[in-house]
Amino acid sequence: MTTARDFLKGNEAIAYGALRTGLNAFFGYPITPSSEIPETLAAEFGNPKYPAFKVFLQAASELEAINMVMGAAATGAKAMAATSGPGFSLKQEGISFASGMEIPMVIVDVNRGGPGLGNLGPEQTDYFQATKGGGHGGYRNIVLAPSSVPEMAAFPALAFSLAFKHRTPVIILTDAFLGQLKEDLMFPEVPAPEFDTSWATTGARGPDRHILSSMHLDLPELSRHSEHLRAKFQEVDRSEQRSEKFQTEDADVVLVAFGICARLCQRAVATLREKGVRAGLLRPITLSPFPTGEFTAFVDRGVQKFVVVELNTGQMLQDVQLAINGRAQIGSVQRVGGLLPSPSEIVREVEVMLR
Amino acid sequence: MIEAEGHYEVKLGPLPTLTGKPTHYCAGCEHGTLTRLIASALHELGVRERTVLVDSVGCSVLAHEYINVDAIQSPHGRAPAVMTGIKRVRPDLLVFAVQGDGDAVSIGLSELIYAANRGEPITVFLVNNGIYGMTGGQMAPTTPEGMVTMTTPQGRDIAVTGPPLDASKLLATLEAPAYVKRVLLPVTPTPAADFYNARGSIEGAKSVRNAFRVQEMGGFSFVEFVSTCNVNWKMSILKSKQYATDVLAKVFPPGLFKDKFGVEKR
Repeated sequence: MTTARDFLKGNEAIAYGALRTGLNAFFGYPITPSSEIPETLAAEFGNPKYPAFKVFLQAASELEAINMVMGAAATGAKAMAATSGPGFSLKQEGISFASGMEIPMVIVDVNRGGPGLGNLGPEQTDYFQATKGGGHGGYRNIVLAPSSVPEMAAFPALAFSLAFKHRTPVIILTDAFLGQLKEDLMFPEVPAPEFDTSWATTGARGPDRHILSSMHLDLPELSRHSEHLRAKFQEVDRSEQRSEKFQTEDADVVLVAFGICARLCQRAVATLREKGVRAGLLRPITLSPFPTGEFTAFVDRGVQKFVVVELNTGQMLQDVQLAINGRAQIGSVQRVGGLLPSPSEIVREVEVMLR
Repeated sequence: MIEAEGHYEVKLGPLPTLTGKPTHYCAGCEHGTLTRLIASALHELGVRERTVLVDSVGCSVLAHEYINVDAIQSPHGRAPAVMTGIKRVRPDLLVFAVQGDGDAVSIGLSELIYAANRGEPITVFLVNNGIYGMTGGQMAPTTPEGMVTMTTPQGRDIAVTGPPLDASKLLATLEAPAYVKRVLLPVTPTPAADFYNARGSIEGAKSVRNAFRVQEMGGFSFVEFVSTCNVNWKMSILKSKQYATDVLAKVFPPGLFKDKFGVEKR
């Protein structure tokens, strides 16, 4: 097995990660700060290195793009779209339909400042929209949160494997900072996986046919379908929680952060330890399913203090509160507007909370 | 459907491309007619095994219940985008949608125009009955001036809403579409009492088949069927046929707007 070394922006890494896992089709609409994803894919379209990459199409709107993804994905293709906040809002209708019809697809949201047009700085304010369904009708997505450029490169493969395994949309939620950050990375040369697409709509052979249906007018029928979706996500909750721990073995206080904030918190943990505070970091990799199991394990071990550090006004905080369920104290460090807390600011705020 | 001496006959009775399930369409509605014309053409062309129907939103939302092919549901108005996604990754498939005027000409006009402008080899059948049927008779972009609907109780005032929007004419201005045609689908009254002209069904059968042929030849095909909605027009079935002929077909005159491949002549 060989590897390829590269020095890429996060957005470029996502594009190459998708190509290396056998992306078949990309439908995009330009929006800053995600546009390097369609630009990179457009530049690589036709490259014999990526024979599976059959379709690159710039759509006339975010709505058109997500519905093109839906059509391509309905045939069993690995299809993807990338966008940022305002575009992610527009895509929610399509994601609701895809979730209900159990169509696997990958959507990248490079979170910018908001609400509305906001600005082009990094935020994590699309957390609720990504993890709680976002569109109408009650459903959930699997949400992955990379925290480095190497992870931006690796997560398209993970996203597609989860999407096809559970037949559901998977969101890669990243931010303006990681999208633009350049880092060194290695691409492992792994063959693009093949997935079961026996459910796909590609023409009916014989009496059996495939219907990807979104409407269930019969009340008990829709109730059964919703129960099926719920059971599927209970299984996802059980089997797909992913997180990373950093210096938590002896920690009295556990910082909780995802994405770029987790990088800042690693530094803060080191500084806190120099100052004699036994701090550690829990980094959720799957924001949905949320890694609740780790919190229970910490509480059972006697950890009494958690500090959530995030680029919003307390969105992941609510999931941490649910996971802790009153069994420990929870502090919160928040930044919005595109501002990042420096590691020393995080240290200061944690010290105040510990007083 | 068999072709004999320049005439088209729509085959009655069971077809492998029909599920045989009775439709939910109201008595007198042309959706049922179109379902038969489409199933007949798919059977005749022998393409069932590589056909995907994209359900739109409106009265045709349950089209897959009657047309026995693989199907996927599209969000409201987005069928041309979903069809584009399917067709781009699987050019071997025959892809079509039956859209209403609210679906295609109002909320989904952007998706329709851009799919047409790219010349996607897909087929859109537009059922234009000048009103929102499934939601209970509200004004559509195609509602004729003066028509009373649930949201224009005094009649459509075009000073307020703008005039009816002609999708066929609009698409015909684009370079890419290969086949754009409008057919008056309902039976039309004749001077002889109790006799109706079914020319619309004959023309419809021909147009459906030609639309599929154009797609197979690599072109975007669009057939608009001027139709009735007697329930929401609040008319008897027979009166609705008269209204379609006298009013709706005057606003939307039948005609062949584009035929790049010359399929009508063959």
